[in-house]
Amino acid sequence: MLKMKPNAPKSLHSRIAPHVRDIPPSGIREFFDIVSTRDDIISLGVGEPDFATPWHIREAAITALEQGVTSYTSNYGMLSLRREIAKYVARRTGVDYNPENEVLITVGVSEAMDLAVRALVSPGDEVIYHEPSYVSYGPLVTFAHGKPVVVETKKEDEFRLTRKALEKKVSKRTRLLLLNFPTNPTGAVLRREDVEDIAAFVIEHDLIVITDEIYSELSYDAEHFSIVSVPGMRERTIYLHGFSKAWAMTGFRMGFACAPPELTEAMMKIHQYTMLCAPILSQVASIEALKKPEEDIAEMHASYEQRRNVMHSAFVEMGVECFRPGGAFYMFPYIGNFGLTSKEFAERLIEEESVAAVPGTGFGPCGEGFLRCCYATALDEIEEAMTRFARFIGRL
Amino acid sequence: MDELLKLLKNNAKESSETLAKMLGGTVEEVQQRIDEYERGGIIQGYQAVINEDKLDGAPVTAAIEVKLTAEHAGGFNRIAERVSRFPEVRSAFLMSGGYDLLLFVHGDTLHEVASFVSEKLSTLDGVVGTATHFMLKTYKKNDVLMHVEDETERPKVSP
Ligand SMILES: Cc1ncc(COP(=O)(O)O)c(C=O)c1O
Repeated sequence: MLKMKPNAPKSLHSRIAPHVRDIPPSGIREFFDIVSTRDDIISLGVGEPDFATPWHIREAAITALEQGVTSYTSNYGMLSLRREIAKYVARRTGVDYNPENEVLITVGVSEAMDLAVRALVSPGDEVIYHEPSYVSYGPLVTFAHGKPVVVETKKEDEFRLTRKALEKKVSKRTRLLLLNFPTNPTGAVLRREDVEDIAAFVIEHDLIVITDEIYSELSYDAEHFSIVSVPGMRERTIYLHGFSKAWAMTGFRMGFACAPPELTEAMMKIHQYTMLCAPILSQVASIEALKKPEEDIAEMHASYEQRRNVMHSAFVEMGVECFRPGGAFYMFPYIGNFGLTSKEFAERLIEEESVAAVPGTGFGPCGEGFLRCCYATALDEIEEAMTRFARFIGRL
Repeated sequence: MDELLKLLKNNAKESSETLAKMLGGTVEEVQQRIDEYERGGIIQGYQAVINEDKLDGAPVTAAIEVKLTAEHAGGFNRIAERVSRFPEVRSAFLMSGGYDLLLFVHGDTLHEVASFVSEKLSTLDGVVGTATHFMLKTYKKNDVLMHVEDETERPKVSP
């Protein structure tokens, strides 16, 4: 029998630091619990590729394991990997980073984002980011005792971030701007002129940008243009990227940050005490991933683009308003005109048609009225899900 | 390979409607291009990929290496085309290296394949030698893995 020790604290809940306790659990988590009770559903709720990592990359990891490559690495990560990353980033953005002190290997972009925010935010600093957004940005700012400031993006603007919207939210305490284009969950992309406008805003207000470009290879209608490529931005940008999405390597947990030496050093300081280094096997796999990235990615890119086209046509055909996303692997249809909240809509869609899509509110309050549908799902499942979706709205 | 061909190679049953949506064209365009591929002999047919190991009374298949004497007129083509006509021969390839033709031959029983080799194949004028390898199990065929991978831990909902 388990007995409470006489000197145990009464309420452990009250012992949790308020800034952690007060963060509501992720809406996605809650939805995950509902979906987990069902095993017959078609899920459009995932946030990762449906491909396995390309075989030559897996093979490199297997070989390294066979050879006993099982040690720590430098805190910054393996220099050979940092060199390959610097070359790849230069090719993609035209910006050169010194692999010795301007590239840091992290455990996913997740860790890189946390490091960047913690390295730069002092208590009370304001951090602007755009919603609907990836779930972790707001909480990471709060964990760092900063103040998240949300700029809403709108379907009328195809979920692009505009300088006008930013001007309304900037204050004397604003220190950072977080960007994520192509965007999870909307699939939005920025045009070159949008990026240049935002860069001018950032320079004018002397901000630093953290740009999460994890989906940059998965741009379908135009070449991705990074804010770090704008003259004057390299000096004030932390460029985050990783292998999870474009290389289908989510389980390897590999990301990286590129930034001027002072900022990289500051992030490394936190990283060395909290993480020590990223797993060496994943680092070895990532070196292999940079051997022929264009080739590895091309096939998956084509397949996502085709499935995007199919899903988008289906929404158009059934009369659901849906912006045609330019990147990532998400679609964000508007379902606010059916008299249900996003959550009610998603729950009934599971209940009545066994199709799971994530309520837009999982990505911020302004996601109300939308659903996130991931098209990194088998084509026949997308088609079946769309048939069921049409049947469902026909009954509403 | 052209994207349309890749998609058909992957799934020949994909409808023209879906193909048109995927590639961003019209159904008529897709149908027209498929017709051209068929007329031009680039698409030779459409077949199901069958895992024969799972059939009751699965056929016996052998890979057979065949050595030929080069003929004066027509080189290897005449004899190779003749061999290809046998219904027992499922595939036939001209090879470089230690032998000249590689055949995939099937029959209902081991005996049937053996008698094809001894009675039909090796008696042909121009065939100077054969080596028969019986196939035991299929792991992959036409790009398709024959064993089903276990369900992975990929969560149904993730951020
Ligand atoms: C926008 C965005 N950033 C970061 C991540 C986390 O990626 P990683 O696997 O590199 O930690 C995700 C994953 O869904 C994402 O969508």
